[in-house]
Amino acid sequence: MTDWTDLVISLIKAFLVFIGVVNTVPILVWAERRGSAFIQHRLGPNRVNIAGVTLFGLVQPLADVVKFIWKEDYAPSHANRVFYVLAPVLLLVPAAMTFAVIPFADVLTVAGREIKMQVADLNIGILYIFALTSLSVYGIVLAGWSSNNKYSLMGGIRSSAQMISYELALGLSVVGILMIYRSVQLDEIVLAQGRELFGVLPKWGVVTQPLAFVLFLAAIFAESNRLPFDLPEAESELVVGYHTEYSAMKFAIFFMAEYMAMITGSMLIVTLFFGGWQIPWVESAELKAAVGEVPAALLQLGSFSTKVLFFLWLFIWVRWTLPRFRYDQLMRLGWKVILPLALANIFATGLVLYFT
Amino acid sequence: MVIDPRHVKVLRAEDIIRERAHTEAWWKRIYLPAVVMGLGVTIRNMVRNLIHPGGLPTIRYPEERRDYGARFRGRHYLKKRPSGEPRCVACMMCATACPADCIFIVAGEHPDPAIEKYPVRFDIDGLRCIMCGYCVDACPEDAIAMTKEYEWASYEREDFIWDKEYLLNWRDEKVVDDGYQPYEGEIDKSRMSRGTL
Repeated sequence: MTDWTDLVISLIKAFLVFIGVVNTVPILVWAERRGSAFIQHRLGPNRVNIAGVTLFGLVQPLADVVKFIWKEDYAPSHANRVFYVLAPVLLLVPAAMTFAVIPFADVLTVAGREIKMQVADLNIGILYIFALTSLSVYGIVLAGWSSNNKYSLMGGIRSSAQMISYELALGLSVVGILMIYRSVQLDEIVLAQGRELFGVLPKWGVVTQPLAFVLFLAAIFAESNRLPFDLPEAESELVVGYHTEYSAMKFAIFFMAEYMAMITGSMLIVTLFFGGWQIPWVESAELKAAVGEVPAALLQLGSFSTKVLFFLWLFIWVRWTLPRFRYDQLMRLGWKVILPLALANIFATGLVLYFT
Repeated sequence: MVIDPRHVKVLRAEDIIRERAHTEAWWKRIYLPAVVMGLGVTIRNMVRNLIHPGGLPTIRYPEERRDYGARFRGRHYLKKRPSGEPRCVACMMCATACPADCIFIVAGEHPDPAIEKYPVRFDIDGLRCIMCGYCVDACPEDAIAMTKEYEWASYEREDFIWDKEYLLNWRDEKVVDDGYQPYEGEIDKSRMSRGTL
């Protein structure tokens, strides 16, 4: 009997997390369009309405979705049909699976049952995320190659080179965090960040590993193909790169996958460097004792969401601030700057840990 | 002057960039302070625009209009005599002056010998017209003038052929300001002074 309740609880968690993440995507698109508009002294989409209600333009994504669904699903005749259809799926599925190991709140105890506030408590934790994010490169390369279009192919090739280069930096910049918190499980890393350093600062990853944070931030921008590292798309030179030949919902899936990669990235940054669901200077146990189990979990969820939303905004903010890197600059930054710095950071962390 | 190519120093872009990179201050070379400053610029602009959206240059079109100048060359109209007939005497000056050849006139004999001719047909092809205003300049009778009207989109090509009746009467249906009509009233004034009106 207990097995069944566990299964049901897991299914409910998976459903809620998936729905939550998927519904963040249109809000992000809205934030991107309206935010960029206000940064560039424009108004942005504010006309679409339902019976006069525009919700500051939030109805626009709804109209976009309707348009995407009803558009002709055109596939070029020279494309390799099997891989052409497979590519968006290969990109979306890993992007949607990554959220499984992110903890959203402290362990919740309801009716004597401990419920972990993450979909799957894997003991490999962060390695699972890295494994899945590296899978997404296949979707992009396959899309570029099966389209049989030189721009798409260029985009796919650039993307694979960029992702492989920055995955290294991504993985290495996290090693310091793993050394300090002595775990690869994200819930344990978050728990360890709940303590305080010198009694004042919360023991967040960004305090203990500031250099790793900067490197990780740069690498995660590159991994999610966002400006200033959006060379696979590069509108000015490659049309839109790997998804040039895609239309209708297939294009929308690429779009969704990009935004989901952004959400993954933000959640990872928050979990590793900003204490996940921890509310600064508030102990989880004290909070539970003060307001009760469920309100505490909701407050922690709120704390987590606020941090994640800030980093999602940072993604958008940076996109409308910085120009795109040139390909050789990108490679030089990845291999000659971020990689040695990440290695030096690991060495320094090891020294400090050895002597303390 | 002849330059010996052996004495020319070839500077490559990479060398210049590398040289410059070593002369800049270290905090400029790591770019991060510059990135943060750039982020400050964008967020400052955004917050300012959010607080004060009226300062945006956007004109919210159907509700707001740009204020065009008095000499704006919009859609033509034909002026009327006090009797309600067109002032036009079908002299063909405008059709001759028209560089787009968009004016089509058929002249007819007017019963009043003082007027002599009148247009049986007077069509302007709005799709051909380039809104240059030469017809207004050419007209010796001050019979054609332009307005500030610029909204005449339609799904039917026929709607862009404006015939005599339409050009005479469309301003009764839509209130539009006068546009380009530089000789407004001058012809009547000079005739009045010569006593020929």
